[in-house]
Amino acid sequence: MRVGLFVTCLVDLMRPRIGFAALELLEAAGCEVVVPGGQTCCGQPGWNSGDRPAARALAEKVIAEFEPFDYVVAPSGSCAGMIKVHYRELFAGEGAWLTRAEALAAKTYELTDFLVNVARLQQVPGRFAGTVTYHDSCAGLRELGVKQPPRALLAKLPGIELREMKDAEVCCGFGGTFSIKFGDISAAMAQAKCERIQASGAGAVVLGDLGCMLNIEGRLRRAGDETTRVLHVAEVLTAGK
Amino acid sequence: MQVASLHFRERAAGALANERLQANLRRFGSGFADKRAAARRAFGEEAFEQLRDAAAEIRDRALGDLDAWLLRFEAEASRRGTTVLWAQDADEVCRLVLEVCRRHGLAKAIKSKSMLSEEAGLNDALGAAGVNVVETDLGEYILQLAGEPPSHIIAPAIHKDQDEVSALFVKHHGRPATDDIARMTREAREVLRPHFLSADLGISGGNFLVAETGSVAIVTNEGNGRMVTTLPRVHIAITGIEKVIPTLEDLSALNRLLPRSATGQDIENYFSILTGPRAPGDADGPEHMFVILVDNGRSGLVGGALKEMLRCIRCGACMNHCPVYQTVGGHSYGWVYPGPMGSVLTPAYQGIENALDLPQAATLCGACHVACPVKIPLPDLLRTLREMQTDRGLRPWGERAAFRAWAFAARRPWLYAWATRIAARLLHWMGGRRGRIARLPLAGRGWTLGRDFPAPEGRTFRDLYRVGRKRRA
Ligand code: SF4
Repeated sequence: MRVGLFVTCLVDLMRPRIGFAALELLEAAGCEVVVPGGQTCCGQPGWNSGDRPAARALAEKVIAEFEPFDYVVAPSGSCAGMIKVHYRELFAGEGAWLTRAEALAAKTYELTDFLVNVARLQQVPGRFAGTVTYHDSCAGLRELGVKQPPRALLAKLPGIELREMKDAEVCCGFGGTFSIKFGDISAAMAQAKCERIQASGAGAVVLGDLGCMLNIEGRLRRAGDETTRVLHVAEVLTAGK
Repeated sequence: MQVASLHFRERAAGALANERLQANLRRFGSGFADKRAAARRAFGEEAFEQLRDAAAEIRDRALGDLDAWLLRFEAEASRRGTTVLWAQDADEVCRLVLEVCRRHGLAKAIKSKSMLSEEAGLNDALGAAGVNVVETDLGEYILQLAGEPPSHIIAPAIHKDQDEVSALFVKHHGRPATDDIARMTREAREVLRPHFLSADLGISGGNFLVAETGSVAIVTNEGNGRMVTTLPRVHIAITGIEKVIPTLEDLSALNRLLPRSATGQDIENYFSILTGPRAPGDADGPEHMFVILVDNGRSGLVGGALKEMLRCIRCGACMNHCPVYQTVGGHSYGWVYPGPMGSVLTPAYQGIENALDLPQAATLCGACHVACPVKIPLPDLLRTLREMQTDRGLRPWGERAAFRAWAFAARRPWLYAWATRIAARLLHWMGGRRGRIARLPLAGRGWTLGRDFPAPEGRTFRDLYRVGRKRRA
């Protein structure tokens, strides 16, 4: 199967290694992976900020770029959620575009969801030893229902121990532009999340979305925690290679 | 009540800096949310979800024919001796209540919880007209002593701790301080008892209006609601027009969800269905019963972009599950209703331009939507309000320009690649050896107020991928 990898704008800019990790996992699952070179952003920032025309223009671009593939996979619950759930709303009531948006939505997946439920990845390529706790990112969890897949994949690593934190499903306070517009509230929410992470006693917090990752890491370091690692699930699953 | 929602930012900053409030909010924490989760489990998760679907459907059915159900309610209530009055706005609520006071010579009112009377600013209006008002819900009573508005729709004084309440009681009751909660409750009851017996007017809200019987359904946990609605000569129930539901059957379905969603109880301690004043031969009840049906902005939502909001049954689950609410508390929101539902209702009822921050002050995490017993898509409604702000030119110039520039670049891959390549390098350089930035300039300043900004790796994925492919080829 031909999979179009939607790297996402944050991975592209901030953490290329997560993009390569996602690529490696998809290949390990036997997919033929294509990375369309002109991809930029799914349009979520515009959509969430009430700028429908901007979101729409980018959605059209993504649809045109990715509709040739059998599947579209993104290492992010919120970007996959944008395509899978919100494109439909963006083109509501429009015949041709809506049909294309729905077709794309039907074959778009968050990375771990795809690896477990579609590609049925049996063995993960990485080697990782240590204790981790998993933060459920909001969009992946509540828009796409991704709860078990990342845990199932992590469990395939022999050296790993998952220690669930309390309130793993509570938002970390990122919220896109919210984190800038209401930086003080956002940081206070991140602090609450960091306390839960630390209380779990795990050496690393693992998650599936770049926004949460930057938010949590930024708050941990500012608060003086230099040791708790913040890792994308794709990095962990390909670690040590 | 005055709308102070334009000052959300400052109020929230004050709340964050208030250590006592922060401690109280933390103590409240996920208490109600945990209880709801337990109640849902005990009910059966699948059955609970089916009930939510059914409840949303019941509410939509009522709202789809709102005028017809309201007229039916009026006809049935009138037939059973209740006087139904209609109020267009907050002022008219006060006017109607004062009119009843004048006509029946009423000088003293006891109240059970009513958020609508907060909307109307009723206590102040009654006080100005010389009618003595006593709140009898324990939380509301505490706030009346403190001179504060509620911070939560079902636990109005949740922002106060026991010491604060004790200090208020000492000041107003003139009795020695105690730290025993049972004794404090008893003390409040003793102070309130003479008021219950001497009042000639009882004012309540109404959780549901049942059209087929013309009844007002009221749920409370303290029993004060029952006394307020039966002891005084006159009872006035004040409710929003959206509270009407067709049948008693519907009431039973909704009331299986309300307490479970609110506090995790199977049923509230007191559940009253009030149908008309005291009839000959009745053991108790008021001589006169009034229901004031209030619009105050509600009819403007019917059939519109925010119509789902009218389903709300005021359970409080959305704020109990809201991490923003739990961080800044209810008073930050600046009007009667806090949390996610308040962030929709305040701009919807008081004008979008009067609550610009509220729809923005959310991470759209979706916890409220998942918890709402009538499945109101609160994040979608907040997003819709953001869109309305943009369409009406209410967003700051700089923000619009930034989005325009971003959208322009993101549609042109070459330009975008060039811009991100520079940004990745620059930010990487700014991050230095430790790989993080302590102070971002411009809009980024908001981020680094309370967090570092982890620096990028230095090159974009697409750059590296292109180079890698060339090498492989
Ligand atoms: S919006 Fe939903 S969760 Fe919030 S108070 Fe209303 S019914 Fe309850």
